[in-house]
Amino acid sequence: MSAPSPPSTSAAARAVLAKELRLERRAPQTLVAMALFSAMTYVVFHFALRRDTVEGDLASGVLWVTLTLAALLGIGRLFVADRDEGGLEGFLLAPVDRTALLFAKAGALLTFLVALELVAVPLFAVLLLGPTPGPGTWLRLLAVLLLADVGVAVVGTLVAAIAVQTRARDLITSILALPLLLPVVIAAARASAPLLALHGDHALTGRWPAVLGLYDLVFGLLAYALFDFLVED
Amino acid sequence: MPTSRKLYGTRLRVLSILTAVVLTGGFALAAFYAPIEADQGFSQKIFYLHVPLAIVSLCGFIFGGICAIQYLRTNDPRHDLRAYTAIHQSLIFCAAALVTGSIWAKAAWGQWWVWDEPTLVSFLIVFLLYATYQPLRFSIEDPEKQSRYAAVFAIVAGAFVPLNFLAVRLANPLIHPRVLNSSGGSLPGDMKVAFYTCVVGMALLFVTLWKYEMTAKHNRAQLRSLKRKLGGPDAAAIRGRSAAPRVSAS
Repeated sequence: MSAPSPPSTSAAARAVLAKELRLERRAPQTLVAMALFSAMTYVVFHFALRRDTVEGDLASGVLWVTLTLAALLGIGRLFVADRDEGGLEGFLLAPVDRTALLFAKAGALLTFLVALELVAVPLFAVLLLGPTPGPGTWLRLLAVLLLADVGVAVVGTLVAAIAVQTRARDLITSILALPLLLPVVIAAARASAPLLALHGDHALTGRWPAVLGLYDLVFGLLAYALFDFLVED
Repeated sequence: MPTSRKLYGTRLRVLSILTAVVLTGGFALAAFYAPIEADQGFSQKIFYLHVPLAIVSLCGFIFGGICAIQYLRTNDPRHDLRAYTAIHQSLIFCAAALVTGSIWAKAAWGQWWVWDEPTLVSFLIVFLLYATYQPLRFSIEDPEKQSRYAAVFAIVAGAFVPLNFLAVRLANPLIHPRVLNSSGGSLPGDMKVAFYTCVVGMALLFVTLWKYEMTAKHNRAQLRSLKRKLGGPDAAAIRGRSAAPRVSAS
């Protein structure tokens, strides 16, 4: 009797991703915390800035500070359950490519971020945003959000995989992720500032999506090349 | 028995003297030979300190990243030690570049910090990122794992540096003087001689300090192993948790 062939990388990645999403669906923890955190941050901004509405640069800044900090929460939790419950050891015992874990975790983080933005961005529009963007502007904002999310998901997975092995996990996550995510924040905030402006043509400057795309590409390749070194034990 | 001095201390004296001569010569050229800049006057002289510091620290970070790649390829702890020492030294140079840049900004624009100055802002971000290298190492106990994770960090941070410069530069109008541009530089000949001497001197200073730190680490490891040989395993103090890579005395 021949041994069954090991599952392919994509099958393994899909299985782990399904596990992540099932966990979050059955015991919602990370997403709820991220959404609540972003809502609370808007309230904090309202009082700290003493503004009822924001627009342009300020609106873009508030939105991206909130989304980045909320993403930090998700990044901090990404590998914690696996580490505590022995999921990493289980994965390492399985005859699958370790890159599958990168795909699955980055996919899970990306799903969390998109789900978060489905709540947090409309909430932002209701609570703080001055101008009412048209459908075309929403579409452009969506493209910026998606491009930024891919970068955050990839870098976040790398940082989470490093930080989960350290003693000061939470501290390391924040101080490592924030400087690494700065180019994403710069590009995304600059790209969305004209979209959230009170007046103007709400156009998207081509260079900022290009910077985001370049960032996604470079760190995607780096994560692909380096992730194996982070999960061997 | 080979001693650490034989392995690492060779030519250190020559290198130190050469560094002192070139660096002093460079600064003397900058002070007395290079003309006073018409626009900014004497305060522009800090440029002969600030720019070499910045260039050398960036090269040091890149060198650290290359050593980290070597470490992941070969698993040889010597590469980890090289990467650690290079990043550690570059961080100090980077801090010095930030301080001198800030002094220059005060002299040239009347403010200690200017946000619309992309190169200085990029430097601050790079400094903040690399400043996490030590805490990261320190919070991983297993030495082998510490080296591996630190290497991954060094490579990611190395790739981050150019991307960060690109993003920050695009975000700001250019007001920083371009020392080396694609058309071969904007410096007059007298200034160029002094400037390049200062760059070479600063690079030599980096290499000298780097070698001194490596030698010190090896000597300490060797001393510990000798103590252990003389007085048994209890003679040398047990080493606590450390951010620095462990060096085996061989």
